[in-house]
Amino acid sequence: MSNEDGTPRNKPEYTPEENVRNGTGPSQTAVDMANLAEVEDAKLRQQTGKSYSQGQLVRRRFRNHKAAMISAVFLALIFILAFTSIGYAGIPGWWDKDYAAAGAVVNGGNPTLSLVPQWLGGQGIQWGEHPFGQDSTGKDYFALTMRGTQQSLIIALVVGIVSTVIGSVVGSLAGYFRGWIDAVLMRATDLVIVIPLLVLAAVLGQMSSGLGAGILPLALVLGLVTWTSLARLVRGEVLSLREKEFVAAAVAMGAKPGRVILRHLLPNTVGVIVVNATFAIAAAILLETSLSFLGFGVQPPDSSLGLLISQYQNAFTTRPWLFWWPGMFILAIALSVNFIGDGLRDAFDPRQGSRGKKRGIFGFSGRDKALNKTTGSTAGPGGKDVPGQPINGSGLGGLLGGSGIGNP
Amino acid sequence: MSIFGRKKNHNPDEGRSETGTPGTAGAAGSSKAGRPASGTSPATGSLGLVQRHPDRDGRPILSFQDVSVTFNTEFGDVNAVKGVSFDIKPGEVVALVGESGSGKSVTSSTAMGLLPANASVTGTVMLGDREVTALDANGLRKIRGRHAAMVFQEPMTALNPVLTVGDQLTESLNVHGIAYGTEADRRAVELLEMVGIPDAQHRLKQYPHQFSGGQRQRIVIAMAISCSPEVIIADEPTTALDVTVQAEILELLRSLKDQLNTGILLITHNMGVVADMADRVCVMLRGELVESGEVHQVMQNPQHPYTERLLGSVPRLGAELTVSEPDTVTASQTTAVYAIEAQGLCIEYDHRGKKNRVVHDIDFTVAPGEILGLVGESGSGKSTIAKSVLGLLPVASGSLKIHGSDLTRLAGKEARALRKRIGVVFQDPAASLDPRFPIGDVITEPMVIHNVGNRQTRMERAYELLDAVKLPRSVVNRFPHELSGGQRQRISIARALTLDPEVLIADEPTSALDVSVQAAVLDMFAELQSRYEFACLFVSHDLAVVDMLAHRVLVLKDGRQVEQGPTQEVLHHPTQEYTKRLLSAAPVPDPDEQLTKRTERRQLLESLGERPY
Repeated sequence: MSNEDGTPRNKPEYTPEENVRNGTGPSQTAVDMANLAEVEDAKLRQQTGKSYSQGQLVRRRFRNHKAAMISAVFLALIFILAFTSIGYAGIPGWWDKDYAAAGAVVNGGNPTLSLVPQWLGGQGIQWGEHPFGQDSTGKDYFALTMRGTQQSLIIALVVGIVSTVIGSVVGSLAGYFRGWIDAVLMRATDLVIVIPLLVLAAVLGQMSSGLGAGILPLALVLGLVTWTSLARLVRGEVLSLREKEFVAAAVAMGAKPGRVILRHLLPNTVGVIVVNATFAIAAAILLETSLSFLGFGVQPPDSSLGLLISQYQNAFTTRPWLFWWPGMFILAIALSVNFIGDGLRDAFDPRQGSRGKKRGIFGFSGRDKALNKTTGSTAGPGGKDVPGQPINGSGLGGLLGGSGIGNP
Repeated sequence: MSIFGRKKNHNPDEGRSETGTPGTAGAAGSSKAGRPASGTSPATGSLGLVQRHPDRDGRPILSFQDVSVTFNTEFGDVNAVKGVSFDIKPGEVVALVGESGSGKSVTSSTAMGLLPANASVTGTVMLGDREVTALDANGLRKIRGRHAAMVFQEPMTALNPVLTVGDQLTESLNVHGIAYGTEADRRAVELLEMVGIPDAQHRLKQYPHQFSGGQRQRIVIAMAISCSPEVIIADEPTTALDVTVQAEILELLRSLKDQLNTGILLITHNMGVVADMADRVCVMLRGELVESGEVHQVMQNPQHPYTERLLGSVPRLGAELTVSEPDTVTASQTTAVYAIEAQGLCIEYDHRGKKNRVVHDIDFTVAPGEILGLVGESGSGKSTIAKSVLGLLPVASGSLKIHGSDLTRLAGKEARALRKRIGVVFQDPAASLDPRFPIGDVITEPMVIHNVGNRQTRMERAYELLDAVKLPRSVVNRFPHELSGGQRQRISIARALTLDPEVLIADEPTSALDVSVQAAVLDMFAELQSRYEFACLFVSHDLAVVDMLAHRVLVLKDGRQVEQGPTQEVLHHPTQEYTKRLLSAAPVPDPDEQLTKRTERRQLLESLGERPY
């Protein structure tokens, strides 16, 4: 559970070497070293380093996750490429060709993009006139692919927001109130789950395309059918969190249900929510692709990656680029979103991850690595600065305590 | 493999029976001859099932020589144990005492080779004539269970919930090739009878959840002695148990030890248990052995200041903390009302439409400024009552009034206004603060909820309270995971006092803390109570803590009231048998006093026609 990663249960009250290692002078001598409570307090007073919230620790761990960071950068590049190249909603981009305008097919529609430099026997690095080639009616395939990528990214964003909001609201209400509210909400969820997702999305997608206005209705509809798994996860998480004493304390203070859910429960489930949202996004992109491929999603003359693949599936052997370019963009987007989800999961719950060469004894290595990192950064290049040290010390303690070797 | 293992295991046994007492030699002989399957009286070891171990002529059975343990972590080495040496002789109980992080469990783990892979051990641990620290994984497997066994803290997690008790008992017999099939089952029955579980034949087929906590711990002990180990390592064996059950388990361990001449390494933080069980005591502090010696010497005349302080922190019956005197509520004072008033209070849990009544017909009152101690064992309903006073549980029947108004019958705004006047401190310092709130937000949350003050006045109040609980003001920006258990509990108390409540509910506020930290928190609690003069419902299982703080005590058993009255009367001159039993079971940190207490308890139980374990 994400909320516990920073709170080792048996945090040892002090680490043996710390006092020696910190070389703290006068404040230490006044403390009776035989009194645990005093030692603890003295340690706390010494802690002058910046303290890190759970969120900051998570961000730090995420930044240490290489695959996720590379994916995030990659996704950002795809995003920028897709939206700046052909422009969006009337704003022109730097690519001069329109995805809907047909033209004369040049050189059999072969891609002009070349990445092999001349000194290696290629044609040099150049975009050319039609970098991704042209389709049979002479439309610029780069523009088409960019349009499709835009659609996929919009879908990703809208579905991510809609399904996450619905899922967490339904899940947290059901989990917090239980009783008949839980019964009603969860049966509704079951109802959505039992209908095959693709069929439901196809029917609703078809209906939404009658509304016009581009891709947004379709995205909303996809969001409306993909929130179910998140709702169940959040409900489970809330069910266990609501039994915790801090929730009982808030209720006993007189907090209203809204406050308990928004301020105490949801922030503590944010790990589950964020991680699940990224995977839902990846799934939604693929769902849109499947729908468009089947002809229920985006309709021509507009374009989407799935639609492009479906339109040119017969050209796979003769003009493979018509298949490969949209296919690769689908793959790239879905993969990077998945990697980001992976990184987020590891960041929120360092105990669950499988990587990490040396995982400490039982677990808090992720947190400690992050803490260690901060120690390094606050200490500067010399690494001799004092403020970071106590954090480092408590990190050591966390490790020991987490192992269950520290006694209760 | 198993034949080989058997052979290896048998050799030392034979050697042992030669040097051992004639009785055990005969027993070992009969075991080879294939003993008759008749039900010979258990607990005598006459079947050779669990033999009495020889005395080894004063040589220790388990000996630690300059043992150091270092954990190799990512950012350097942590020196958890620094050169510890002590011995355990057969039939001797050595208590390893210390607070969290003192390295006592790590030390004991070296005896079984149970440390994780990143630990490096220097020094030697000798188990009998074997050097444990030099054994490989295979060798360690052979000594585990067979020559040294462990009794764990939490019997529910030490037993596998999906296997029957019988399966688990026969497992180690099978593993060590001692007995198989019906023979193993028969031994399992004998073991259960030895540890005092009646109707053992029948109960062998039951699962752990069908036993009570104390019985589960007996089963764990039965498993530990099943292969007749020379040494038992008991890691906090009674910490998870109620006092009366604790006393029974300690009696059982003592009688088994006397029968089998086993050496026991007892790891505990409870000084009362030490006084009750131990022959010798080793006190650990930060990985070092600061004091060791005979139990009377260490506990009555401690040399090291740490031991002294540790013993001084143990709450004792009869000790007192200064708390404010309560306002008396009498019929003549028409203006005064009770802070809490319960009449015929019944509370039910709803299990899928089935009502389960856990609190029956309780009457009590708490006057303003008075501390009422709610005492009882687990399942007595004391926390349930606290929850219902907080309005977290509905009252099934009877009335529960706070300052004259019934919290459970009030709706919305009025209930919220009433809750403003109640503060709460929970047991688990790890769970009672929201991990995502910085300490400042935690303390000011009640003010935010009830819309009191603005940002600045709230912060001022937070600083004031941090001063009151003696924590530096800078912690407002820290997060709960950066504080220790005792500090978190003080933050909990500060939060409870934010709105100057007239009633404070404290649900076992110190039972998760180390003894010296507990002493500090209790001192602070008493000081705050005399300063803010709140009425308090203090729930605890520790009679000594309640005796120190409470003006009046209510003793509960199975959701029913046993005894109620001023602390002096109830805890020092109890009239009810149950209260006497509770008092006699609570161990005191003085071996002589504890011995008289133990004898008294035996007499009490004998007079009631029960056996002490």
